[in-house]
Amino acid sequence: MRIEVLAGPWLGRLSLSALPTDSPVAAGAALVAVLGALGVAGYITAKGRWGYLWREWFTSVDHKRIGIMYVVLALVMLARAVIEALVMRLQQADAINQSGFISAEHFGQLFSTHGSIMIFFMAMPFLTGVINYVMPLQIGARDVSFPVLNSISLMLTAAGAALVMISLVLAPFSTGGWSGYAPFTELRFSPGVGVDYWIWAVTLSSIGSTLTGINFAVTIYKKRAPGMHLFRMPLFCWTALCTSILMIFAMPALTVATALLALDRYLGMHFFTSGGGGNMMVYANLFWLFGHPEVYIVVLPSFGVFSELFSTFSAKKLYGYTSLVLATMTIAVLSFTVWLHHFFTMGQSAHINAAFGIATMLIGIPTGVKVYDWILTMFRGRVRFTTPLLWGLAFLVTFVIGGLSGILLAIPPVDFLVHNTTFLVAHFHNMLIPGTLFGMIAAYQFWFPKAFGFRLEERWGRVAFGCWVTGFYLAFMPLYVLGLEGMPRRSAEVFDEAFRPWLLLAAGGAVLIVLGMAALVLQLAMSIRHRDRNRVTVGDPWDGRSLEWSTSSPPPEYNFAEVPEVEGRDAFWTMKRSGRAYPALDRYAPILLPENSAIGPWLGVLGLATAFGLVWRIGWMAGLGTAGALFAVIGWSFVRRSGRTVGERQVERTETRWHAALVAAVPVSREHECDPRNRGLADVAA
Amino acid sequence: MSVGSTTGKRRHPGLNLHESDAHPSDGEVMFGFWVFMMSDAVLFALLFAVYASLGVNTAGGPGPHDVFELGPAAMETLLLLLSSFTFGIASLAMKYRRGMALLQGMLALTLLLGLGFLGLEVHDFATLQGKGALPQVSAFLSAFYALVPTHFLHVSLGCVWIVVMMVQLRMSGLDRTTRTRLLRLGLFWHFLDIVWVMIFSFVFLRGML
Repeated sequence: MRIEVLAGPWLGRLSLSALPTDSPVAAGAALVAVLGALGVAGYITAKGRWGYLWREWFTSVDHKRIGIMYVVLALVMLARAVIEALVMRLQQADAINQSGFISAEHFGQLFSTHGSIMIFFMAMPFLTGVINYVMPLQIGARDVSFPVLNSISLMLTAAGAALVMISLVLAPFSTGGWSGYAPFTELRFSPGVGVDYWIWAVTLSSIGSTLTGINFAVTIYKKRAPGMHLFRMPLFCWTALCTSILMIFAMPALTVATALLALDRYLGMHFFTSGGGGNMMVYANLFWLFGHPEVYIVVLPSFGVFSELFSTFSAKKLYGYTSLVLATMTIAVLSFTVWLHHFFTMGQSAHINAAFGIATMLIGIPTGVKVYDWILTMFRGRVRFTTPLLWGLAFLVTFVIGGLSGILLAIPPVDFLVHNTTFLVAHFHNMLIPGTLFGMIAAYQFWFPKAFGFRLEERWGRVAFGCWVTGFYLAFMPLYVLGLEGMPRRSAEVFDEAFRPWLLLAAGGAVLIVLGMAALVLQLAMSIRHRDRNRVTVGDPWDGRSLEWSTSSPPPEYNFAEVPEVEGRDAFWTMKRSGRAYPALDRYAPILLPENSAIGPWLGVLGLATAFGLVWRIGWMAGLGTAGALFAVIGWSFVRRSGRTVGERQVERTETRWHAALVAAVPVSREHECDPRNRGLADVAA
Repeated sequence: MSVGSTTGKRRHPGLNLHESDAHPSDGEVMFGFWVFMMSDAVLFALLFAVYASLGVNTAGGPGPHDVFELGPAAMETLLLLLSSFTFGIASLAMKYRRGMALLQGMLALTLLLGLGFLGLEVHDFATLQGKGALPQVSAFLSAFYALVPTHFLHVSLGCVWIVVMMVQLRMSGLDRTTRTRLLRLGLFWHFLDIVWVMIFSFVFLRGML
């Protein structure tokens, strides 16, 4: 491939040849993306909802709305990345001793977008969204420490995701994988704009994540309700804290890696080139100095979710709370000591490999502690097998299998044998799908009634669960076998007839996963349709233990009419048992909330313009975007904001309405929690 | 959290605001900025690490001895250290309420010293270009041009921030917002000073000795 001739001074390298007309599959995907975007925009226009969306959502700085927007973004991107996975599986099953239905170039783009999206635009937004929604409620706060910064982080992440979506239409994307390894991603070997798309999409999201990490860490340190000591926090908040700390320290490494790669590509420097004194191992080190902590960034919040699930649905306090906290912190620290296991085979001495192999295996210890704690939480509990808990159980078993294959890979000689085979692909999917995705889906099922005031349909949840879990085992267990038999990863064609049955099995698994995705969509649609019979307005559908369940569902924008006083762990559970839950206040105070702000969406748009200009070498666009962002921030700093007061009358009205629902509701025992009788008031005596 | 004193005034252990009316959320804002700087420090640390590992790869091009000059670098260090000193006086002027004139004057002086530093650095970069020491020549020079101009960019943003602060002080005087912003700007400015001292020692001194 050659560098395209400049199309003109105004559009840089961009020309009609960017449209993916050469491949029917790529053109079809581009068409779906364009039609989807037009359809959504048309629907909103027809309904006249742009003003509402702008006022109530895009400019909102409410942590709950920002959290929901993050999750919506994650689900949209998940849909795309799952379909890409299916296409790749079908291609490999088809391309045995023949070229299959997509080109090698396109296949390379598929695994690059699939990986980049799953990590940066599915996992990260999903967990950020869930933490955003849940954590402030759990610590008894009214918002995060920096609400406007929160909106900016969201919009930067969304801008990065938009750039990836644009690359579907104005192609091509990178073929360098989600890790963008130099020197393959250097100009000499990847002269097109694909790597630039990857660089700027990832940079936008990593800036957003750094700011998010700062925001969450400060919120947890500074905004806890009176009495909410660190060691009284729900475990989900602990994992949110450790994840945030990892973000603060790990994201800069990604920023440096992508920035230096950009300097190489744009200005001809020699950081990672194969000439001029560049050293590609510096890239590998920088990337995995971020990339390894990153896998704990995406897995720790799920650990928190599962901790909440196991104790709630076993009606028991969490077993070994302190050991779970210590294990979480240990994992966070150890995550920085193992990055080198990502390149055992790249030429360092056996001693270094041995040291990093041992460091890697050490992570199994705190993780094992957690697994035992979760099992013991359920032991002798009154376990209810609701949809969220089912995801938790599937996680427990599957994650242990993945962990064991990880211990195998941590032995450098074994790694030499199976590196760059599908064994590795099987291993990390075996960690990330149960460890991150199942956790996030469980979180979505668990907290959905909190966010929207009605439960999700249990039956469709179970169908989705069945498809996902069976699909997962079918899709990835064969990859272990194929890897041990020597099938290389990332290959568009396969040349061994013996692989066929395993590849077909894996493709079948991918089909099941797509069905699972469809079941999730159906579940949402059916739940919205039958929302009246699933309403849980009072707010505590699962007999919850932490403070987020002590408010109405959905919670009022100010979260708590009066900031709660916390007297121990499982704050809300204790309040319910001692009859101090739902206190009626005789008088209400006005509540000061931050005002909406347009700076977030503006910085998102300007960031996207800058990134798009940089990708296609459209100088004026990149320049205007950067200057615009700088002036927007300066201008914004001159606006004096006094906040918005929710008057005591309004608070009183809201709270009175909720208390009326509270009084009208009949408490349900735990056996009836999936029943229309459940209005969100748990029967404490049961 | 803030500590209420017997006089009813709020003192804040982490805030350099003297017997002030520090609001509880001021501490939160300051702490957030410390955390941000921690993240920024990691960024610089990594650029130093890149320089440490690539700085020996001159690829047949000029090396540190051929291109660095200690004189201008020492001069730049002096300017930046002085600017930290003048910012310190500005902070004290705010803390002890010594009037807006002193505060603004010291900020202006800091700005001038900062601009002087930037000017000298631009001159340095031009000299390097004259010697053929372009970032495209070798990994050593690429690493140099990643580290030092990143600091340059930070100082430039700091200068823009000082200008913005001076305007805002004129517009609204010393209120809660401008006070904590000045404190944060101070942290940022001293932080850049520390990073420069590292650059001076690690890049220039080590390169010349």
